Amino acid sequence: MRATVIFYALLAGLALLVPWLGIYPVFMMKLLCFAMFACAYNLLLGFGRMLSFGHAAFFGSAAYATSWLVTAHAWGPGAAIFAGLAVAAVLGLVIGGLAIRRQGIYFAMITLALGQLVYFVCLEAPFTGGENGLQDVPRGKLFGMLSLSSDLVMYYLVLAVFVAVFLFIRRVVYSPFGQVLKAIRENEPRAISLGYDINRYKLLAFVLSATLAGVAGSLDALVLGFTTLSDVQQSNSGQVILMTLLGGTGTFFGPVVGAALVVTLQEYLSDIVGGWVTAIIGVIFVACVLSFRRGIVGELAALLRR
Amino acid sequence: MSEIFGIPVAVILGQLTLGLVNGSFYALLSLGLAVIFGLMGVVNFAHGAFYTLGAFAALLGLQWFGINYWAALVLAPVAVGLIGLLVERLLLRHLYGLDPLYGLLFTFGLALIVEGSLHQVFGATGQSYPVPPALSGVVNLHFMFLPLYRAWVILASVLVCFSTWFVIERTRLGSTLRAATENAPLLQAFGVNVPLLKAATYGGGVALAALAGVLASPVVLVNSHMGNSLVIVVFAVVVIGGMGSILGAIVSGLALGVVEGFTKVIYPEASNIVVFVIMALVLILRPAGLFGRE
Repeated sequence: MRATVIFYALLAGLALLVPWLGIYPVFMMKLLCFAMFACAYNLLLGFGRMLSFGHAAFFGSAAYATSWLVTAHAWGPGAAIFAGLAVAAVLGLVIGGLAIRRQGIYFAMITLALGQLVYFVCLEAPFTGGENGLQDVPRGKLFGMLSLSSDLVMYYLVLAVFVAVFLFIRRVVYSPFGQVLKAIRENEPRAISLGYDINRYKLLAFVLSATLAGVAGSLDALVLGFTTLSDVQQSNSGQVILMTLLGGTGTFFGPVVGAALVVTLQEYLSDIVGGWVTAIIGVIFVACVLSFRRGIVGELAALLRR
Repeated sequence: MSEIFGIPVAVILGQLTLGLVNGSFYALLSLGLAVIFGLMGVVNFAHGAFYTLGAFAALLGLQWFGINYWAALVLAPVAVGLIGLLVERLLLRHLYGLDPLYGLLFTFGLALIVEGSLHQVFGATGQSYPVPPALSGVVNLHFMFLPLYRAWVILASVLVCFSTWFVIERTRLGSTLRAATENAPLLQAFGVNVPLLKAATYGGGVALAALAGVLASPVVLVNSHMGNSLVIVVFAVVVIGGMGSILGAIVSGLALGVVEGFTKVIYPEASNIVVFVIMALVLILRPAGLFGRE
């Protein structure tokens, strides 16, 4: 326990120092946004054992909502982020409500199909800019006071939100709600026989996960200054699955490690191997499923426990 | 000619026929998915990738070795089926007995490898495969001129679908396969080589996908992502039909192709999403799927 506290304290110190270590700040912010996304995803897959193949829909729709409100209606970033997460929450309620009617692989296929539905809506809707997406999204002033145009300020905002999301997920998992969710994960019929209305628990987990994915999407849109179809595309859903799986499903820190690895890989690997990135990601996927299903953090934790 | 809702009947019938062509592909692919899932409990996410591989095999066979369409119709599925067999023996079989979600994730990774590599080697632009001379020309259906090749696609896939159904439901081999679905250890105790059966099923299932790819190559552009969006629609078809029934997979595949064609006439903007909307409705009204049982 003490080792964990020290580890997190060191990590927090490092995160605060990042802007002075010469790391490209936009890269760090992108990494944090995807780490948030993966943590949100892990809440569903790791603790609820629901494999969603459509999480890009929540990330992307929140990103679109935020970008659109900021550019077309001159909303402030704070309000636009809240609007983005509200859109993701409502969408999560609808898609989750449909998907939890089936389990396991069917759940995966349903979320995949509904995610694709959202993609097509984004492709054809008049306010998303179609193939071009929404460009030149201004960061604006947070609550009318704090200008986010400097990367330094934006970085600390993203870091603060990331820490809040991370701690919130820990809180949720250790709450009575989180414990019931784990019970459902381990043995669904038993949870039913104990009198839990499991569908309500599953739906709440789904909506929470979708909402937090939306926070990540909205922030990502402000950080990069654009939102495109790749945010809602199925490949984005696949990417967040890989991050979670690679780092370790059902561990708190795994998704962060996974996200850091995948984002770094994409940033630097594409210079070396060019278009082979997709195939290499596929190889990592296959290797991960075949040989270390608990993910990096999960396997390390198992080693330490021995 | 008469009209319905201000749309000429000929246009409607034409789109319905074209919808039936798409439906043929849905049926062939969801059939393969259902067979693989039925026996192995694996949802084959790579089904679209094997479909793409089939089309590429036909295209490259023609360009590199001058293999004609009719030979490709046999050779491409055999080649892709062998690849599937190899994948099952070397990799996939290690995942039996685990949560079926791992099978789904594994085949998802496999699809990324196949499609990513094809994309990198052959680029993003599609290439067209020539329609075989014997099947060029049109049939006059009186309400439309249907290209002969599309008529052939419908005929061929219906034929393949129903022979597959016949083999599984009505023959000795089929009853062995179904027995393996029910109780594999018991069947093995009777001296049937179940692991071989499973490998052959995976090979056969992906060979069906490859066959669909060869059939599709003259009507679509052959490119690395042709199977990717298709497999998502096919997953929706499978959710609608219920994966337990082979006949259900065939019928819902064909029917949804027709519905999609009809949507193209009355509200073209929705033609991409109509299958997903129907899936949502089915989930609300009949969660187990139209032909499913739970």
